[in-house]
Amino acid sequence: MAFEGLADRLQGTLQKIRGKGKVSEADVKEMMREVRLALLEADVNFKVVKEFIKRVKERAVGQEVLQSLTPGQQVIKVVHEELKDLMGGEQSKIAVANRPPTVIMMVGLQGAGKTTTTGKLANHLRKKHNRKPLLVAADIYRPAAIQQLETIGKQLSMPVFSLGDQVSPVEIAKQAIQKAKEEHNDYVIIDTAGRLHVDEALMNELEEVKEAVKPDEIFLVVDAMTGQDAVNVAESFNNALGVSGVVLTKLDGDTRGGAALSIRSVTDTPIKFAGMGEKLDALEAFHPERMASRILGMGDVLTLIEKAQSTVDEEKAKELEKKMRTMSFTFDDFLDQLDQVRSMGPLDELLDMIPGMNKAKGMKNINVDDKQIGKVEAIIRSMTKDEKLHPEVINASRRKRIALGSGTTVQDVNRLLKQFEEMKKMMKQMTNMQKGKKKGKGFNFPFMQ
Amino acid sequence: MSFFKKLKDKFTEQSDTVSEKFKEGLTKTRDSFSTKMNDLVKNYRKVDEEFFEELEELLISSDVGVVTVMDLIDVLKDEARRQNIKDTEKLQSVISEKLAEMLHKEDEDGALNIQKDGLTVILFVGVNGVGKTTTIGKLAHKLKQDGKKVLLAAGDTFRAGAIEQLDVWGERVGVDVIKHQAGSDPAAVVYDAIQSARSKGSDILLCDTAGRLQNKVNLMNELEKMKRVIQREVPDGPHEVLLVIDATTGQNAMSQAKQFGQATDVSGIVLTKLDGTAKGGIVLAIRHELDIPVKLVGLGEKMDDLQEFDPDTFVYGLFSSIIEEDEEE
Ligand SMILES: Nc1nc2c(ncn2[C@@H]2O[C@H](COP(=O)(O)OP(=O)(O)O)[C@@H](O)[C@H]2O)c(=O)[nH]1
Ligand SMILES: [Mg+2]
Repeated sequence: MAFEGLADRLQGTLQKIRGKGKVSEADVKEMMREVRLALLEADVNFKVVKEFIKRVKERAVGQEVLQSLTPGQQVIKVVHEELKDLMGGEQSKIAVANRPPTVIMMVGLQGAGKTTTTGKLANHLRKKHNRKPLLVAADIYRPAAIQQLETIGKQLSMPVFSLGDQVSPVEIAKQAIQKAKEEHNDYVIIDTAGRLHVDEALMNELEEVKEAVKPDEIFLVVDAMTGQDAVNVAESFNNALGVSGVVLTKLDGDTRGGAALSIRSVTDTPIKFAGMGEKLDALEAFHPERMASRILGMGDVLTLIEKAQSTVDEEKAKELEKKMRTMSFTFDDFLDQLDQVRSMGPLDELLDMIPGMNKAKGMKNINVDDKQIGKVEAIIRSMTKDEKLHPEVINASRRKRIALGSGTTVQDVNRLLKQFEEMKKMMKQMTNMQKGKKKGKGFNFPFMQ
Repeated sequence: MSFFKKLKDKFTEQSDTVSEKFKEGLTKTRDSFSTKMNDLVKNYRKVDEEFFEELEELLISSDVGVVTVMDLIDVLKDEARRQNIKDTEKLQSVISEKLAEMLHKEDEDGALNIQKDGLTVILFVGVNGVGKTTTIGKLAHKLKQDGKKVLLAAGDTFRAGAIEQLDVWGERVGVDVIKHQAGSDPAAVVYDAIQSARSKGSDILLCDTAGRLQNKVNLMNELEKMKRVIQREVPDGPHEVLLVIDATTGQNAMSQAKQFGQATDVSGIVLTKLDGTAKGGIVLAIRHELDIPVKLVGLGEKMDDLQEFDPDTFVYGLFSSIIEEDEEE
């Protein structure tokens, strides 16, 4: 990540304090300056930052920090707590109308991710709530926006209502509800065209749609990478329509996402969901606490753990453990492992989620390059079945052949073989250790050099 | 004063629709920025710490980026000390001068690198939803008006409806689109498009790509592959790799510029959606830290809502009300 997290930022000040034994008000002021910069770098709106700092400072200059033996930790804790409070509790509930269908309207700027989110939401409603949504293509302006939603509908095997791009969105929305009633769809999700919050004509159009169909939810879709302007956007849409929830998209990127805080503080509307990828199941409940950590660059251990849990197949994990115990772990298993690690996302991103694992801080020598993994993969894939099962048969000429076949060097092959041997030994030790509940030294994967 | 005069001359010189349009698009930016600037000067008559703090905030609120703002403030403080400026009104011109300096690079040609003879290949890259496809449509229109024979490659084979979207633009503008099926290999589309451009005798090939977040290593590798295919087929290509950035984006645009730059050697930036209220201040930060020039500006969703980026006009737009006041004196 490009920016230092709060913990890194506070290092300098803390170093100074360390010798003194007592924290002065000036020290707190300096720390607040760092907090301010961390938040601004995370794209929290400057006005929001100002208010925030005022509150934190009061708490800090008050007893909590000044008298603490670990002022740095204390500051981070106070900041984190305040952020978390501001972000509100977790609320990923979706309204249910007394008389179906429940109508949801999706609104936002151009390119925010409304259409994709419409599909994700429909998928979520079906999977988690057993609902039968109808998708409505009311973006009549952007070229092929209707086809985009229709394709998504096909991917989900869900109906999409469209009247082409020559009928007004108000009319489309009205007829869609009629259609939903006939077809017994209990949810209607209306995808509207992206528009600028200052475009009066188009904002009026949204108000007309709202007037016509009286939606139960109006979701504002906001790109997590939005900068200082997020407050204006959220405020305008909220004033015009009364937004009932926010969906923050593209959070699988490396943005800090300070816009979340900005939006919360100007609209007082809950952020309900987070878009975490382009696939139609990449929609998650929004976790305020994790967001607070993320904005502060404190790492997101929870997300990491969850990712690992959802990715690693239980059965396979058990099997693997057995193999580790019996030392029958082969290169094929190893490839399998690599795939699992990979499907958790790019390694860099994973490492970023671990506090203290910031690349900036001397982590460079742990080369967790995905290219390196690619190399390892290529080498293993160039082995014969027999070689994968019994690596001890790989002699000099075989090494040469493998290197040639994988586009690597003999040294690369040698290194991998050696590391694999070490890894096996280590695994044995680890499984033994686990029984004795001793703490392991940990081992390196061959791509961590 | 010569600085303002130069700007003014440059601006009136090209009083055609181009700068009018650009100015119009920037009105919101300029209004908010310069009103604030004026307020600032009125509220803080003395050049002191408080004034600089306020100025810092003003720049940050335009998404300029903390690092760049701090550097700029340092420079201004030095300058104020050196010239012994105590009055904020006097400092105004220094502020705009320094900002312009940041955008101006000497002997720089902001124009696109279009080959006189033979095929010019331009690759568009960027995160999802920034306006790549729309920009390609708009640029195709512009180039066609300049009398060029343009071909489009539907290299976004991933996003639902992306091929159709480019197709609609092709029809609108009246240029051909080379496309494969959804889900097919984008590098193959580009390869085909190059062969087709050769046999049709096209002047310029604009290659669309799927949006991707810069931290997805596999997708960035895919982009590198597309670029390699172009390089193999057109040895001096791609002649431009344009990173499209949404002006609404905050600090993450820096990460985008860095990582797309690493993967594909970005040669220029297209800053889109400047017709909103976002200030586009990130241009300054990217220029300052990475030295990537902005080449085009998106000012709306229509065919002719694309302009060449002109730093002078940009600065003029930001400061025009201040400049006008200055002239009256
Ligand atoms: N207001 C405005 N909207 C734009 C501009 N450029 C693109 N858009 C809109 O942004 C959305 C995403 O654009 P698209 O070209 O599909 O982005 P891509 O995913 O990068 O190809 C569409 O609704 C476009 O109409 C611009 O300069 N101003
Ligand atoms: Mg596109």
